[in-house]
Amino acid sequence: MINTMECAVDAQSLISISLRKIHNSRTQRGGIKLHKNLLVSYVLRNARQVYMNEKYAEIYRMQQYEEVMTVCNEIQELNPLDLAEDCEEQSGDCCGNDGVSEPASLCCALLPVSHLTAVQSAHIQAPSACSAPLSLQSDDVCKETEPSFYRSCCAEAYPVSNWDFSTVNNNLHCNKTTVLDLDTHVVTTVENGYLHQDCCASFQQCCQGAQSPAKKRKVDFEYYISDIEEVPDFTPCKRAKFEDCSYANSEHLDTSNISNLISIFGSGFSGLVSRQADFEQALNGQFCSKQALASLGAWTRAIVAF
Amino acid sequence: VVGAGGGSNDVQWCFSQVKGAIDDDVAEADIISTVEFNHSGELLATGDKGGRVVIFQQEIENKPQCRSEYNVYSTFQSHEPEFDYLKSLEIEEKINKIRWLPQKNAAQFLLSTNDKTIKLWKISERDKRPEGYNLKEEDGRYIDPNTVTALRVPVFRPMDLMVEASPRRVFANAHTYHINSISINSDHETYLSADDLRINLWHQEITDRSFNIVDIKPANMEELTEVITAAEFHPHQCNTFVYSSSKGTIRLCDMRASALCDTHSKLFEEPEDPSNRSFFSEIISSISDVKFSHNGRYMMTRDYLSVKIWDLNMESRPVETYQVHEYLRNKLCSLYENDCIFDKFECCWNGNDSVVMTGSYNNFFRMFDRGQRRDVTLEASREGSKPQQVLKPRKVCADGKRKKDEISVDSLDFNKKILHTAWHPQDNVIAVATTNNLYIFQDKVN
Repeated sequence: MINTMECAVDAQSLISISLRKIHNSRTQRGGIKLHKNLLVSYVLRNARQVYMNEKYAEIYRMQQYEEVMTVCNEIQELNPLDLAEDCEEQSGDCCGNDGVSEPASLCCALLPVSHLTAVQSAHIQAPSACSAPLSLQSDDVCKETEPSFYRSCCAEAYPVSNWDFSTVNNNLHCNKTTVLDLDTHVVTTVENGYLHQDCCASFQQCCQGAQSPAKKRKVDFEYYISDIEEVPDFTPCKRAKFEDCSYANSEHLDTSNISNLISIFGSGFSGLVSRQADFEQALNGQFCSKQALASLGAWTRAIVAF
Repeated sequence: VVGAGGGSNDVQWCFSQVKGAIDDDVAEADIISTVEFNHSGELLATGDKGGRVVIFQQEIENKPQCRSEYNVYSTFQSHEPEFDYLKSLEIEEKINKIRWLPQKNAAQFLLSTNDKTIKLWKISERDKRPEGYNLKEEDGRYIDPNTVTALRVPVFRPMDLMVEASPRRVFANAHTYHINSISINSDHETYLSADDLRINLWHQEITDRSFNIVDIKPANMEELTEVITAAEFHPHQCNTFVYSSSKGTIRLCDMRASALCDTHSKLFEEPEDPSNRSFFSEIISSISDVKFSHNGRYMMTRDYLSVKIWDLNMESRPVETYQVHEYLRNKLCSLYENDCIFDKFECCWNGNDSVVMTGSYNNFFRMFDRGQRRDVTLEASREGSKPQQVLKPRKVCADGKRKKDEISVDSLDFNKKILHTAWHPQDNVIAVATTNNLYIFQDKVN
């Protein structure tokens, strides 16, 4: 009988079911059925993509929570009054959200972790480079975006084309979040758990292919990218250049600019990446026990290569 | 109720016969794997997993009140299990397809194929035998010539009808992958056979060679993205054939264009609806059957959830789409787990191309009347099997509000599936194969 709890099946169980099918097919009478195994490999690929994205998002969320707490502590040290004025100026620009009033203290406006998810900033067709608006969005919007991010089951769609991080060409619907690292003053872009360092091979491709959700940027922001004016969109490619010269660029910064940036981002940071290396280490730690997933590519190839 | 003809001549489908074992314990060898009427409809062939072919013949009835019945005409073992020693693989004897050749003389010919080998069988009748040999007794013992005192001329005497099946040709060793289709050309001389990656063209008389006309095997098998799932010759144009793929595309090829038809003349493909995207999108878009209409203007494809009618002149999308069991879309996870999602349903046209039919689960089968835009769900079961009993339309309830006589999706028996159906080329007679039974339904004769 059919299980009525269809949507309870997650990507991981699909992966194990698929691998079991492939394994069993080797002992079936009549030899391996090429057609069936090819179809199973497609399910495997789809489930793997979703699983990996979920994993990335989870790590990202955990990282982000820690960073937010760190930032919060740092913000506590700043003058709350200066920040409040800036906030009121910027509030109207931030994602056009209506109902949220800017708190006097940015720190107080830090929203609970549940809102600070790595949900796509596609909603943020923002006039500012404000990635934080995500946190200022209504609950409904957040909830709405999360299900569409990845749906584990049959009935509902999920953006497969976005989640192929084996290529860099599927960035047409990149959902990017712009974040500021207050430690290094590096502005980075993260794509919902899909770290763009994975596509570092060809940033130009990313730039050209991607639709930018952050076309209208605050003027304040642009001095950061003074040496990249030719690229209109804030896309992952900038990160490469930032990496190259980010620490050199940090000399441009002064205290007033920092405060502007903080005000732009408002009270919520949808994601922060402190150290590239740290993040990668975290990832590796997560996945060292999941080598089977990493080698799934080889698996799927192996079953058809006969 | 849906049927051939239109308007007021609604067909009422009645039970006629059921063939096969009654008990629920199904022997695997008896599972029916293919069903096919011959060109006149007088003969109905079935193949099973055990490699057997059973042919039924329609008796000519003198009574106008009821239709003729189909009775067993011939039974023979077409294929046996084989072993490929080189690959250490067993080759199943299951009959994948049967196709009848157009009749040229008193004998009937059909092609039957398993995964690797195609055989041409001659089915002939013998109703007389020679008697009166001089040197042989009636039982076959030889007579001592010295005892013969007089000579006589042997004569033919009538005998009980005997139907003999003999293999006339064996077309072997041409397919590396599993054969899924055979199709006889309208030139009455050649036929094609298709496996997962290649299509070969044969001459009916020549067994030691075939021509490869389609090859989609990539240089590096790791780059494999699609396989061939079905192929068929055009009913009138001997140069044209189509093949469907696991990606949901159909390619029409013209053999006049080049020797190797890797490049298609037409590509039929409907863009995927992104809102329906799921883990299983690739599986449910894979085409399991393709059939030309009798008039050669259309072709029909079957994927897991739907039947599509394509106009050969329009490649961008089908002209008609019929949902067979859309209520299964939310169940794809479970259907994947129990392997039902890999079931390959076939489809067929009626004689005048006005109605199409295909199978579903719970021993349901569906008919779609193209002209009247109506569809019906019927059931093949022993419960509705009194002679001339009219079949009652069935309805599956997708949501929780089940009405009387409706069946909820969760009550469907997914072990009872109708994969193979066939429609008589002229009359409203259909053959529907459940797991191990063959049902014959006819329209009500008044």
